[in-house]
Amino acid sequence: MTTADRSAFGDDTQSLKVARTIDTGFFWLTAFFALAIAGILLWIVYELFTIAWPAIQKFGLEFLTSSRWNPVENIYGALPQIYGTIISSIIALLVAVPLGVGVAIFLSEDFLPSKVVTPIAFLIELLAAVPSVVYGLWGIFVFIPFITPFLDFIHTTLGWIPIFSTPPSSRAMIHAGLVLAIMISPIIISISRDTLASLPPQLRQGSLALGATRWETILQVLIPAGLSGIIGSIMLALGRALGETMAAAMLIGNANKISISWFDPASTIASLIANQFAEASGLQVSSLLYAGLVLMLLTLAVNVLAEIIVSRFQEVE
Amino acid sequence: MTTPDNTPTSGTTPGTMSYTVAPQRKLFGNIMTGLVIACALLAALPLVSILITVITNGLSRFGPAIFTELPPPPLVDGGGLRNAIVGTLTVMVISAAISVPFGIMAAIYVSEFARDTKLANAVRFGINVLSGVPSIIAGLFAYGVVVLATGTFSAVAGGVALAVLMIPIIERTAEEGLKSIPLEVRQGALGVGATNFQTISQIVLPASLPFLATGVTLALARASGETAALLFTALFNQFDARSVWQPTATLSVLIYNFAISPYKNQQELAWVAAFLIMVFILIVSIIARRLGRRTQF
Repeated sequence: MTTADRSAFGDDTQSLKVARTIDTGFFWLTAFFALAIAGILLWIVYELFTIAWPAIQKFGLEFLTSSRWNPVENIYGALPQIYGTIISSIIALLVAVPLGVGVAIFLSEDFLPSKVVTPIAFLIELLAAVPSVVYGLWGIFVFIPFITPFLDFIHTTLGWIPIFSTPPSSRAMIHAGLVLAIMISPIIISISRDTLASLPPQLRQGSLALGATRWETILQVLIPAGLSGIIGSIMLALGRALGETMAAAMLIGNANKISISWFDPASTIASLIANQFAEASGLQVSSLLYAGLVLMLLTLAVNVLAEIIVSRFQEVE
Repeated sequence: MTTPDNTPTSGTTPGTMSYTVAPQRKLFGNIMTGLVIACALLAALPLVSILITVITNGLSRFGPAIFTELPPPPLVDGGGLRNAIVGTLTVMVISAAISVPFGIMAAIYVSEFARDTKLANAVRFGINVLSGVPSIIAGLFAYGVVVLATGTFSAVAGGVALAVLMIPIIERTAEEGLKSIPLEVRQGALGVGATNFQTISQIVLPASLPFLATGVTLALARASGETAALLFTALFNQFDARSVWQPTATLSVLIYNFAISPYKNQQELAWVAAFLIMVFILIVSIIARRLGRRTQF
């Protein structure tokens, strides 16, 4: 730009042009980042898929039904891990769902003054923020010694039930399942509590006016009305439990076998990867990535389902 | 009730406005109230136990040596967590440098340029799904993208893995913050001749700063304790990492390694590391809460 152009007017149009360029540039930059997030998701699946490809080619779907994991013979099948992943998550849900929904009701239905509820809600948020490796550490040194006498008692009295049929091992499916339950209950509590609190007050008033007691209102009106939100929270918690690595790797015992008894060691897909990846090479790496891909698709399916359920609830609202 | 008649039911007293609830209904209510109180106590128990054990075990070894010395090999006494503390901070800075621009720019697009469009919904759906990706998968992804490409485990690989986990948290809180700014504020700025970029960068972003800061602190809290994503990206290092392209020790991986080791000294250091992470998370959550309270525009 020469000095002759430096009239106030010319300068203005010039800077307007610059401003417009910056503006469009900024728009496309933000659009790029937004689309890149969707891109990352596809990139993750692509990356897992390419590294896992040799194993997918070699074992195909048999990988999902075979229970041999043998690095010496280079034969891999992940059935025990898939079984362990699902069963440990089911144990976690069996404990966490009643517990979590119970606490959510307790915190949302004026059992307590709001002055007491706020710090409790903060504590629950904190429970959700505790890293899983700390849960694992606590599980090894505090929780397992604490729970073992109870498990012994269950084994001696209810040992005829297959799932309790072996004496509790020092690391077992049940330990991982219970610690997972502690980890996922904050998710269920916080989302279910928000759901119950956001229901229109007319529902509550109408039910009470018709003569229902507080608990009849909760069980027959509020819970059915908030059901999709509660189910959504359970699905999100399930997604977390399926993919949880550290607590499982530290507590489940990492045994490559399927045992009916919950008191036996087992392993999950995530714990298998955490244990073997560092020392793996060649086909074993591919097989571990194949297992990771299975885990990714499993959690993806659960999370997408949760997303759909929760968003449907929001539409009703 | 099968027949509608005028005889008073067992629970009502005829002729008065007051009524009593049938005893079994009352009993049922009391039992359920007792049950949910028991649920709340049962849920509080592990948290209290974790806090107490982490604080007592962590403080028993806490001292200046924790910050100045390296982790000890097996059967050697003493030692500290110097390299792991530095490593955790390094990995967190790298992951924040990647995830903060990513999350905030995406949030700007979704809330400012594409609000309520199909594309915005699709992006939000992608973010929600991304937030459900297990951390070990994020680790495998960073292994494939960074470790295999550069041929070495490194703090950068760890940072990329953590960034994948942090982006959804930052984007969500940033989007919420941007949406809490009333439309009139934008219209005012545009009305006096500002471009979109000027409106966003000089009016909207500063106004929503507390939200952005909340998101970043929450994401850092999550990243500070993340382990599975770092197991085979940052790996571990017995010594100080000399650059970000070397295997790097982190507090969380150190907890994992030392918790499953049979040596008492290493187990004690694992508790100290857990204590440090928990203190960091507590401080960060309190800061995030304080910031969140000041978000009314």
